[in-house]
Amino acid sequence: MSELKFHIYPLETGFHGATRPIPNPDLIAKYNYTSFTPFKNSKDNSDDYIAVAAKEIRRDIIRSLVEAKSGHSGGPLGIADVMATLYFGGVMNYDPKNPWMDGRDRFVLSAGHMAPVLYATLANAGFMEKKELLTLRKLNSRLQGHPGRDMGLPGIETSTGSLGQGMGIAAGMALADKYVSKNNHRVYCITGDGELQEGEIWESAMFAAHWKLDNFCVLVDRNHCQIDGRNPDVMEVDPVADKWKAFGFHTIHINGHSISEIRAAYEEARNTKEKPTCIVAETYMGHPITFMNDDYRWHGKPPNKEQAELALAELAE
Amino acid sequence: METTTKSIATIDKVASTNGMTPKYELLGKKATRFGFGEGLVTLGEKYDNVVVLGGDITGSVMTSYFQEKFPDRFFSSGIMEATATLVATGLALSGKVPFFASYGAFAACRNTDMLRISVCYNDANVKIGGGHAGISVGPDGATHQVLEEIAITRVLPNMTLIVPCDFTEAKKATFAMGEFVGPAYIRFGRTDTPMFTKDDTPFEIGKAQVFREGNDVAICACGPMVWEALVAAEELVKDGINARVINVSTIKPLDNATILAAAKECGAIVSAEEHQITAGLGGAIAEVLVKNNPVPMEFVGVNDTFGGSGDPDELMKLFGLTSVTIIEAVKKVVKRKASSK
Ligand SMILES: Cc1ncc(C[n+]2csc(CCOP(=O)(O)OP(=O)(O)O)c2C)c(N)n1
Ligand SMILES: [Mg+2]
Repeated sequence: MSELKFHIYPLETGFHGATRPIPNPDLIAKYNYTSFTPFKNSKDNSDDYIAVAAKEIRRDIIRSLVEAKSGHSGGPLGIADVMATLYFGGVMNYDPKNPWMDGRDRFVLSAGHMAPVLYATLANAGFMEKKELLTLRKLNSRLQGHPGRDMGLPGIETSTGSLGQGMGIAAGMALADKYVSKNNHRVYCITGDGELQEGEIWESAMFAAHWKLDNFCVLVDRNHCQIDGRNPDVMEVDPVADKWKAFGFHTIHINGHSISEIRAAYEEARNTKEKPTCIVAETYMGHPITFMNDDYRWHGKPPNKEQAELALAELAE
Repeated sequence: METTTKSIATIDKVASTNGMTPKYELLGKKATRFGFGEGLVTLGEKYDNVVVLGGDITGSVMTSYFQEKFPDRFFSSGIMEATATLVATGLALSGKVPFFASYGAFAACRNTDMLRISVCYNDANVKIGGGHAGISVGPDGATHQVLEEIAITRVLPNMTLIVPCDFTEAKKATFAMGEFVGPAYIRFGRTDTPMFTKDDTPFEIGKAQVFREGNDVAICACGPMVWEALVAAEELVKDGINARVINVSTIKPLDNATILAAAKECGAIVSAEEHQITAGLGGAIAEVLVKNNPVPMEFVGVNDTFGGSGDPDELMKLFGLTSVTIIEAVKKVVKRKASSK
């Protein structure tokens, strides 16, 4: 018996011409993107180090959004502490120099609209030059409005953007690892809480629990907000943690802005056998920007120039 | 409907047409779904990264054969077609060659969003089997008689769409689809339909095969309608019409060269499919003709309506999916061709 070999990791086949957009040199200088060295991923990193990374990720979200003039601020800012912990707290195994290496853990952003936080995290981890963040949503950019695998950006494991789909794909990756390749790689997924209204989430949850995918960890960004309003005003999703428990997940309820709680939860997930884990992370949309915090109206808009300056001032060291 | 009162040309007539030795003769009857099931097993025997997801109808879309043979590579995914398709995407993005089969009504129609964004936009190496295609499903009725998936799947970028004409071709097509890299959908039926191709009949993804030579008109058909087209072609000899019959087993990408050669050499085209006329095989052919060589064309298929319960043969007659309807369409198009000269 043999293996059918085929090319899996993405090539740049998508909607783009011969050249990618060139970021404005003045902005590169203004944001000091030329002198940047990537954050390191290690279990030994202190919570403070991760907090510094989270702050830089937040600044990059603001910078890329204000230059893009469209895109989502609220969700990405709110989930930055989780992303920083995943990528710099030694939770995920990856190598930016060898982004498609066989032994890597996978990350799937099921809530594809939160792309700015993924791009900012990848850039800070060294998957791309930071100046590329300034091409977000521009013609031919690898930083599509929602992640597009066809753009070949290292670290983008799958396209997402239709809510409810990414988690099923992530479960498929976990199934492949656990039962077909029989390795010990882990798959991490983040969903929104409004996204939980999509039926596929619960199908995939049933699937993951049925197949005892203990190498699979979903984190719900529990910010109580979605586009049209707060969750209960649009469609009640509570009791969130009880639902995941009932679906057969080991469920952990945490403060999604506490790096120590996020780390501990991911550690607990790793040590949980025979069950997938769901971490329900309580966050605030737009956190910690004062004029955005916990306000659903920041779901899908970018800051304007003045707002960006205010936000960056709040995020200064 | 006019066609129902006429007797449908029977299969025996092909073999007994006086003087003519048909290239294809009836070798028996077997549903294309069994070809899918057997092809999958052959593929699984050769490659150990071929995996199958079951959707609680495995005994009906014949993934049960694979399950029996390779239980370790079979994963039950319950009655959740969307999630099975997403899981298949994750498997494909991890280097596996996943097949998920369900009824086309669910595998294509319910799943369009998954196919569009997760499978095709990712260019993931996912293989979808869509069973219970067409009106010949029979007594289950309209809900299960899917007549829209050719339209839905052929519009998706990166997708390859295969509609095998009989059991033997379904077997070959399934194997070929596994070795082929990229998203692919295979459409197969529930009911036993004529077997008339052999192991050595040529099959290639992306290539339409001329099953019968002729220069007065070309009948381009897919699925079980290819047999009906062959039957019609033999009948038409009596009227002095020599029809070319083309088995368009790959609808996307369409074999434009073979279609355009037929347009040039025959000057008239009839499409025949067990699918809505709108946006199906006929639609795909018409797109090519209009752009390059707009010869007269007639369409045989389901005319913007849902199916219903009944015996498959009765239904095929009622919905005009027989050689009789093809013959009428051919006569009409040949007349149009003559008057346009
Ligand atoms: C299937 C689907 N339906 C609708 C949308 C449009 N949409 C994008 S984000 C969003 C709200 C999601 O809420 P949540 O998951 O809580 O994310 P948050 O607003 O907290 O960032 C909606 C409705 C979509 N992307 N996909
Ligand atoms: Mg939310």
